[in-house]
Amino acid sequence: MRTTRIIVLALVLVLAVGAVATQAQDNVIRIVSQTPLSGPQSVLGISMRNAVELAVDQLAGPIEELGFAVEYVPYDDQATPDVGVSNAQQIVNDASVLAVIGHLNSGVAIPSSEVYNDNDLVMVSPANTNPLVTDRAYPTVNRVCGRDDLQGPTGATFAAETLGVSSVYILHDTTAYGQGLAEFFQEEALALGMEVLNFEGTEEPSNFETILSPILAQEPELIYFGGIYSQTGIFIAQARAAGYEGLFMGGDGFDSSEFAALGGDAAIGTYYTSVAAPATVYPAAAQFIEDYTAAYGEAPQPFAVQSYVSTDVALQAILRLLESNGGVLPSRAEVAAEVRATEDYEGLTGSITFDDNGDPEVGLYYVIEVVSGDPEAWNENTVIAEITLDSPLIASMKMEEEMATPEATPGS
Amino acid sequence: MSLQLASSETVIAPPSINPLMSVGNWIYRFILFPLGQMTVFIVGAAVILTLFSYGLALLFPEPRPGINLAAQISTQLPGMIITGISIGFVYSMIALGYTLVYGVLKFINFAHSEMFMVGSVIGFEVMRRVFDEGHLGAWAPVLLVLVTVLLSMLFSGTLAVVIERVAYRPLRGAPRLVPLITAIGISYILIDSTRAIMTLTRNDFNLTYPTNEIDWLNTPIPVSFQSFASGGTNFGGQLVEQINADGADYESFRIGDVTYENLYIGGITIGGKPIKNTDLRTLTVGESLTPEAIEVNGQPIRDLIEIANVVNIRITSIIVVISAVLMLLVLNFFVNGTKLGRGIRAVSQDQATAGLMGINVNRMVALTFFIGGAFGGGAGALFGMNAGTVTPYVGFIPGIKAFTAAVLGGIGNVTGALLGGLTLGLIESFLNGILVYFPALGQRYTDIFAFSVLIFILIFRPSGILGERVDEKV
Repeated sequence: MRTTRIIVLALVLVLAVGAVATQAQDNVIRIVSQTPLSGPQSVLGISMRNAVELAVDQLAGPIEELGFAVEYVPYDDQATPDVGVSNAQQIVNDASVLAVIGHLNSGVAIPSSEVYNDNDLVMVSPANTNPLVTDRAYPTVNRVCGRDDLQGPTGATFAAETLGVSSVYILHDTTAYGQGLAEFFQEEALALGMEVLNFEGTEEPSNFETILSPILAQEPELIYFGGIYSQTGIFIAQARAAGYEGLFMGGDGFDSSEFAALGGDAAIGTYYTSVAAPATVYPAAAQFIEDYTAAYGEAPQPFAVQSYVSTDVALQAILRLLESNGGVLPSRAEVAAEVRATEDYEGLTGSITFDDNGDPEVGLYYVIEVVSGDPEAWNENTVIAEITLDSPLIASMKMEEEMATPEATPGS
Repeated sequence: MSLQLASSETVIAPPSINPLMSVGNWIYRFILFPLGQMTVFIVGAAVILTLFSYGLALLFPEPRPGINLAAQISTQLPGMIITGISIGFVYSMIALGYTLVYGVLKFINFAHSEMFMVGSVIGFEVMRRVFDEGHLGAWAPVLLVLVTVLLSMLFSGTLAVVIERVAYRPLRGAPRLVPLITAIGISYILIDSTRAIMTLTRNDFNLTYPTNEIDWLNTPIPVSFQSFASGGTNFGGQLVEQINADGADYESFRIGDVTYENLYIGGITIGGKPIKNTDLRTLTVGESLTPEAIEVNGQPIRDLIEIANVVNIRITSIIVVISAVLMLLVLNFFVNGTKLGRGIRAVSQDQATAGLMGINVNRMVALTFFIGGAFGGGAGALFGMNAGTVTPYVGFIPGIKAFTAAVLGGIGNVTGALLGGLTLGLIESFLNGILVYFPALGQRYTDIFAFSVLIFILIFRPSGILGERVDEKV
């Protein structure tokens, strides 16, 4: 009895999968996005979804001319790994899905991309900065933004060379993100000859008074804080109130108008590094901002323009495949390989060529200064430095080339 | 019932309202003695910790290369003591709530940390509203602080009474664990309903006090601690006033009659501030090294010494300390000097007998909850003003620390709560200030050390430093 039931169940499953598989021959290509559409980070997630939608509307034309319908399906990962993975399992079962755009959170992208990779489905990420996203070297995982292990050093280089800082006190929030970023900063700061007065972790959420006394006693020229705005905004307000007069710096965890709300006037003059500048920075994105604002009635949030670019990269890869193989629907593996082969793609945020891990060969990093203590004026923060850095893979390849070049390093 | 109370009142005249008690005696009992007690606690704890710190500096003179621990401690000492006292008073005020309730009901009210949280949120609402409506110009800052704290106290106190009536009184006869579980439940309910209310009304999770927008509250008072700056200044064994010279590269210099040649010293610190070699004007050979002769960044070192060791004391810290002291004086008077206070003491000694003597036990328990809640709420508002931002989850850590402080001082013992809070605050502040200089250790391990101290004390004095008040139980 039991075995027959299992057999029947298996048959039904096979039929269902078959039905889905046959659906794919209906000349439908689906592009899917996974971003948080509900919850505290939905402001960013919804804006990313809008940008993908806009990209599909505007850029799918050439594919549709070849006789395919391009559909867009947004998923809500709720910024939660469990939800992201269960969505991913649902997504890979739809054979007409050829590309995923997402996620916002590295913590969601990493487990979800395991599912995509098992099913050869390509993911193009607009926003995930954790090194592990691409360091697994999956053929299906790509991103169009920068990495934390280059973001930290960017801050250190800027502090040492542009600001002329010679002593720094480093704090972090003891999380993977904050401590990781702070460690990358410290490494580069030491390499540049900066004096690192201390490297400290604190989980304290609200009262920094006792933590501040050794900092004030050592009078660092800069405090670097690897953490999120909810902690660092309060910290700088208290540090200034206690008489700290030096500089303050951090990573993209600062990038929220809430930082200004918490810090007030103390937030002014804070520097933070980011992998995504506001859309207004990119000269090519003016038309995008206009179209987006016309369609959705508000200005695009951070990572919206990157989402548009990610979608474009995926669509162009599919189009190239369709053109080269005479209009036959490509397999997922072919799409993944073609996306990875993207070379000298010219998009709104500049040129993109993926390295073998799926990082852009050259990443863009920004140093941004907070100009106002008013949260309303957060978008007016000025980009004061724009730094291009090779991805780690490319950098190590270049290094090997240099080493391999004969007589480049005379024996010493 | 009330008639009985009145009649019993006429029979026994309480010593506290004895008309023969002189004004001098009153001042001594309710002002001088408690103030003296606080001073003794603060000075005692500070002196012990200072000695301990310098002892540590003797053991590890240079925990990390280039760090002179003794000099760092000297620089930070005033700052560490002041922050320790201010956070210590906050812990004390919360600890009082735990200890008072334990005194009368012999149960730990774990929802008490939420009285602190609610107080801080109410304080935020009051201050924010007054500020946003622009009344602030007309309001004297002192009045604003007073109104904020008092309203927080009133609200938290009332809430505590309501919770006692609804959640604890029906369980009064139940086994001890039952109200404990109820308290934890109440705590969650309060956190999440506050979060829901604040999200709905303000659409904001972080509640930022407008203190950083009020200049009067936001301007620190610089206090110069010259005596601490002198430290050891040692040029070849000779003391030069006010300069910590552990190093600079000199061709030669002279102190008194002795000329030193080619002495490498390292880097000079003034009051803990490092001076780079390039900042110093090189002395010419034979020139004598007096504070006037050394220039740093073109300024004579003597001028710099004047501003060298300045500790910025925040107004909000001072407000915390003054308010806490005032409130503790009032509490002391209330508990030990009034009829109602006597009722509370009677109930805490023996509930049944107190009831037989005509004291309304339920009313006394409610009053205890009100006082405890009000102190928690007041502490919350003061903490919020000092920290700047609060959230519905802000109660947890101070709550745990204050509970620890209450146990440390001796649970059920009001003076013990004060001592425990101050001790814990100062330990935390000193550890935060010193641990950073040890490699591999750091501020994130402060709590481990602080609680190790606690365990150590409790091993030797299981009922806390001052002892649990067990005299009433036979």
